[in-house]
Order: sequence, then structure tokens, then C-alpha cells
Amino acid sequence: MNLLVCISKTPETTAKIAFKDENSSFDTDGVQFIMNPYDEWYALVRALELKEQHGGKVIAINVGDSSNDPVIRKALAIGADEAVRVDIEATSSFFVAKQVAEYAKSNDIDIVFTGKETIDYNGAEVGGMIAEMLEQPYFSFASHMDHDGSTATVTRDIEGGVEVAEINGKFVISAAKGLAEQRIPNMRGIMMAKRKPLNVIPAVEAEGNVKVLSYELPPVKGGITMVDADDMDKLVKLLHEEAKVL
Amino acid sequence: MKNTQLKNPTIKGGYFIIGDTPPEELFIAEEFDEEAIMMGDTVREFCVKEIQEPFFKCGKELVVTNEADKAEVLAILKRAGDLGLCGVSISEENGGMDLDFKTNTLISSKLSYGFSFATTLGAQTSIGCLPIVYYGNEEQKQKYLPKIASAEYVAAYALTEPNAGSDANSGKTNARLSEDGKYYLINGQKIWITNGGFADVYIVFAKIDTDEKLSAFIVERTFEGFSVGAEEKKFGIKGSSTVQIFFDNCKVPVENLLGEQQGGFKMALTILNGGRIKAGAGAIGGAINGLDRAVQYAKERKQFKVPISSFGAIQYKIGDIAMRIFANQAACFRTADLIDKKYNSLRSSGLSDGSAKIKAISEFAIEASIVKVKGSELVCYALDEAMQIHGGMGYSSETGLGMGYRDARITKIYEGTNDINALLAVAELSKRGMLTKELDLVGAGKKIPTFLLSQINPFRSKSNDKEQDRIVKGLKYSFLYISGMAGKKLKKKLIDEQEIILNLSTILQEAYVGETALLKVQKLRGLPDSDKNKLAIQKQMVQLYLYEALEKSKKAALEAIASFSTGSEKWRHIKIINRMLKPYDINPKTLRRNIAQALIESGEYVY
Repeated sequence: MNLLVCISKTPETTAKIAFKDENSSFDTDGVQFIMNPYDEWYALVRALELKEQHGGKVIAINVGDSSNDPVIRKALAIGADEAVRVDIEATSSFFVAKQVAEYAKSNDIDIVFTGKETIDYNGAEVGGMIAEMLEQPYFSFASHMDHDGSTATVTRDIEGGVEVAEINGKFVISAAKGLAEQRIPNMRGIMMAKRKPLNVIPAVEAEGNVKVLSYELPPVKGGITMVDADDMDKLVKLLHEEAKVL
Repeated sequence: MKNTQLKNPTIKGGYFIIGDTPPEELFIAEEFDEEAIMMGDTVREFCVKEIQEPFFKCGKELVVTNEADKAEVLAILKRAGDLGLCGVSISEENGGMDLDFKTNTLISSKLSYGFSFATTLGAQTSIGCLPIVYYGNEEQKQKYLPKIASAEYVAAYALTEPNAGSDANSGKTNARLSEDGKYYLINGQKIWITNGGFADVYIVFAKIDTDEKLSAFIVERTFEGFSVGAEEKKFGIKGSSTVQIFFDNCKVPVENLLGEQQGGFKMALTILNGGRIKAGAGAIGGAINGLDRAVQYAKERKQFKVPISSFGAIQYKIGDIAMRIFANQAACFRTADLIDKKYNSLRSSGLSDGSAKIKAISEFAIEASIVKVKGSELVCYALDEAMQIHGGMGYSSETGLGMGYRDARITKIYEGTNDINALLAVAELSKRGMLTKELDLVGAGKKIPTFLLSQINPFRSKSNDKEQDRIVKGLKYSFLYISGMAGKKLKKKLIDEQEIILNLSTILQEAYVGETALLKVQKLRGLPDSDKNKLAIQKQMVQLYLYEALEKSKKAALEAIASFSTGSEKWRHIKIINRMLKPYDINPKTLRRNIAQALIESGEYVY
């Protein structure tokens, strides 16, 4: 089984978020990056488990420049057999999906894994787009998946419950919490990572017709004003004049 | 301060006190490669998953006198083995990773996230297995090391006896050859044996017959005549096993003699030297944990309608701890890297792997003692202040700070007490200067008049660089001056004047750590990709550290002088020290505030 896992680089969870170029791009200055947790903890680990069960290989794929290599090598340290980096800046979900889909098409991939979303832009788009481009079924927000070598049974999280579906053949899946359990890279894996192939390939052409106009931080939360329970007049006045809800 | 006689002067233990190191030669943590960083992250993640989340964050403490907890600790150790954490110092052919010393030191630093588990794993990877790694023959290595690397075997180190602690060679445990010549029969008792409650293999030190010095043996738990006592009830590190072990005609096959007969004492010292650097690194890691928690709490806790982190009293503590972490961590990695450099140079000159490791570690015995003493003092101070910042909440078991505080205390005691280590650093240096003549202390001392002449100008230099440079030189020269004068006056009696030696040790420690902090900032200033915002804070940390080092050393110097001189002689010495250690004109309050505010902003220690 050939398993392709999409690996994204995201800011570390405690990073301070700021924007530049008139709020049209993320200011990466001083930001530490990590592997997107949904990719690392669930997508990659479930792919590794499937390989351990049925054989085959796990390929990690990333779209970006060489500054992404440490994150890619972490995927190799955790256990991916090889990695591919499409050497171009990732400008939009569509653009990334196109690169991954092209690779999957020409490399006989059985299952493409993505995290359910990246923790930076939270698009949750790439998986669906890849599936469309590959003309394959797509299972989003998968929290469980069994595979007997030919048929997969996938449990998806839906509003207030779950949906269980079955699939024969190739498909794309986005991993949610529960699909697998985080693996800490072991020392030998870390040492092996640099000996595993990390192939850098050129990008394919894709229309870049989406342009981000601006980003905005959530409004700063205002302070709380405590009002004495007996002072209804003050409360009404504040609601009318300051909160402007009355 | 230059010494051209040495081929590779800076890769020489104790050289820092007689010569200068160019900043570019200093290894700094920022230079750890991606692989080492990932390994450090693995250790941290493991500790968070196995110790912090299930225990520490729930206010629970593992206590091995409780059988269930003991089984849990052993299970965690086995899982550490699965991750490869037990084989960090073992060669690849014996199932390990054979990581260099500085990566091992980084790992020790991250292990502090596991609290007392750091002691358990430390005994497995350091004192319990390194005697075999360094001194074992091929059969011994193949038999034991792969199993220690995988944690199938737990390892322990047995040196201390009821009447032989710091005076380790005075132990009574005895070994004699059996009549058939196939076994050593060991009789005696060992105490404070870390991992002893569940270990499979023990490195045991005992004297053969009437030998003057110790020999080392590999003893398996299953050997006839070997038994293990109950778990000790301890003040801290309750999650690590500590027992007594007993030998009653314990039959140890002759092939389990480790190294040469009577080679055990030297072995014990070498192992402890290496362990001291890692102990120092672990202690500094503990200080970072404590500081991060204190900063987090100070940001959240509001009193008088503002976060307590906005108060000067709190910022004083945060700034002060951070500055000390910066300097001591730099010294720790510097020492580890010096060992790697020495090892590489010995290897390229044809020495075997084991011998090169032993020699490289022994070479930096002085620095190892300094790093251990300073690191352990730092963690105890940092956790005390972290608890203080938490106020009443810090005293509640819920926060786990009490556990950290108790766990930290052992670091001043184990791997040689701080008192012994402080004395050792000076004793070793004087041995190299006076006995083996490896270090030209006398020659360096001859430059004192020139230095003093350069300090006549009563106006302070306007250049901060020059000021810092003269402080580091002043620390070094004041050590050389006082040790020279005290030696001249007291001659051989100096060795009995431990108070004076401890004063000298204080100056020696501050000279090493202070110089390292300064070198680090000088190096960072020269690197094009240094983070400018961080560097601005690091520069202030160095100013503050040198200020503290100077004041502390001056007090030690004056105390030493008062101990061995009187009258006009005493005043002459005082005058000279006052000139050597002229005050450093900075504003410590502002520096501490600036450092603290940067930490409060970042939310954690990032320097």
C-alpha cells in the first residue's frame, strides 16, 4: 500500500500572531514552527500503522522552501520511509492541493492523508480539493479507520454524532483526533531521518486565482464592569450608553 | 592573557584561569544541530507525556516505597528504553546511539521535565552503564550493554558505604578470590544505591584482599549471596528507587572484574566527573521549569487589580533567576563541548574510544565541579523563589512546586557534595599548577603587576566592552593573586584551611561562568543571524551577571585575606583586591526589570 501523508508547517501554538504588508500576510519574524499537529499526531501515525499492518510505504509530502526541511525530517524521524518537498511557496489551498494531487497521480498512491485542518489558517480545504482532482472519494474529519487491505471502514465525526462508511479502492482522508495516538520520535528514528530520502521536486503549474486581501486579529476583549445587584438604574444606564444594547 | 606553550590551549582543563578563549571557539546552545534539538524535544515530550500529564499536573507524586508506584516507574523506564533513551551513551554496535557529550548534556537538561525520573534514567544511562562503556572488555560490553540500552536490564552504581561517602576509597567492602579461582567472593554493604530496588546489574566497588585501592565488579542481581534492602524514605526524588545492597560471600565470576585490579577508584572519579556536568545541566533545566511556571503564575495572578508580574519585587526575582540560568547554562554547554573537542583530538592521535573518553572527561574535572556546584545552587534558589512568587499557592501540594523544591535539594548532595566539589576544583587546579606543571599558574601570576598598572586610572572606562573585559580579567587575577599569597604564607598548611579554599573556589567559579557568559554574548554579536531582540536582553544578562560575580568574588577575596594576613600586610592585599575588582557601574534594578519584562512578554525562558 502506498500511503501519502500531507505535512504542513504551522506556527507553534503559543506563537504571537502579527501581520505585515498592510495586514495582507502573516509576519513570521521570531515565530517558531512545528509540524501541524493533526498531520503529525493522527494522519502520519495512522498511515504508519497501516503500513506496519499491510506493508508498503509511507511518503510525507510538503509544499514549501527548504526552511520546511526540519519539519519534514521530523516526519521521517517518526517513521515515514521517504519524503517529497515541492519546492515552491505554498500560496493557497488550491495551489497546494494541485501539487499533491499531481504527485499522487503519478506515483500510484492508494490513500492520501491530510490533517483535518492546519492550526494556522484552519482552511480544512486541501483534502477535499485533492480528492476532487484525483476523482476519488473523500472522508473528512475521520476519527477512526480500519483497513483490511482492500476495504476501509471509516468513522467520521458529524454534528452530534458519527457516520460510518465503507470504501473499496483509493481515497483521500482527513484526520481528526482519535484516528491514532501521537508517537514521539524515537532516538534511532531521529538518527535515521537524515539517511532517508528527501526528494525535492519542481512545482507543477496551477492557477493562483485566490488573493488574500487582509487579515484581522479578533477584537481585544473589553474589561468587565461590576454592577451592584441592587443598582438597576446604573445597569440600565450602562447597557444603554456603553454597551448600546438597549 | 595568552599562553603559547600549549598546542591547543583552550582545550585544556583549567586553562580558563590563565588564558583567554576567543569567542568564536565557544560552543553555544544555538549551535546544536537539528538532530540534537529533535532528540532534546523527544526527551521533553516523553517526560511531559509520562510524568507531567499523568502525575505532576494532577498534583500526584510517584513514591517508590509504594509498590504500585515502583512498578510504574520501572514501566516508564522500560518505555524510555523503547524510545532509545537508555542507549544514548552506548555504541551503535551495542544497541545504542553513541551520542557526543554535549548532546547527552542537552538530553540531561530536558530530562528535568521528568522530575525524579531524571535520576532513574540518569543512573541507567550514566553512572550505571558508563563504567562498562569506558572500561569494559568486548565480552562485557556485548553481554550487558545491549540489554541496558533496551532497558531489558536496569543498571545501578554502588560506591557509597555507611562509613565511606566523600572518602570513597575508605570502603570496607571486600573481595577475595575463591579457592577454585573462578569467583570473587564479595562481602560488605553499599548504601544510597539509585535504581537498586529494581536493578539487574550493579557496578560495585570493593577492595580485593588487602589492596590499597578499589576495584570494580559487574554484579548481577541473581548472583548467590546478593540481596537488596528496603526502599529508603527520602526527603525528595521519591519516585526514584534508593536502597542498600548487601553482599554475603556473593559469588562474582572472575570475568566480571571491570577494568584493572585497583583501577576502581580512578574509575569512580571519572564517572562522577562526567556525571557532574550532566547533573549541572539537569539542575539548570529544573531552574528553567521553575522559572517558566513562576512567570506564568505571576502573569495570571492579580492583586491590587494588576498582575503581580508588574511589581518590582516579583520582577527582581524573575530577572535574577533568568540571568543566572543564562550564564550557567552557557558554562555547562561550554564544558560539554570541551570534552567532545578533547575526545576528538585524542581519537585522531590514535587513542582508543574508551581511553579517549576517560581522558577527555578527566581533563575537565575542574570545570565539571564548577558546573555541578553552580547548577545545583541555581535550581535550589530558583525553585525557592518560584514557590515564593506563588505565595500560599506554592506551598500547596496541588501546584507540585513543593515536589520540585524537594527533588532539587539532592543536586547539592549527590555526585559529590557541593562542598567537596568546591574544594576539589581548587585542589585539582593547584595540582596541575604545582605538581604536574600542566598549567603555568606562576607564569600567569607574573602578569598581575601589569594588570594592576592598567587599573590605576580612577575613572571608569566609557566602553562597556572594556569594563566587562577587565572584570573577567580581575576575577582571574584575583584568584591567582590570593592563591599565590595564601600559598606563600601558609605553605602546606593551606590544604587544612578549607574556608580559604572555599573562598578561592567562589572566585574560580565566578571567573569561569562569568567569562563564559561574556564569550557567549560576544560570539552572538558576531553572528549575522542572531536574534537582535534576544541579544539585547542577553547583553543585559551578562552585565548583571558580571556585576554579581564581581561583588560575590570581592567578598570571598576579602574574607580569604582576613584569614591569612594581618596588619599592614592585610591592608596591602585589600588595596590590591580593591584595584583588581573595582566596582562595576551599572543599574542592577533596571537590568533586572528589563530582563523580567522580556520574560513576562515571551511567557517563558527563551535565552
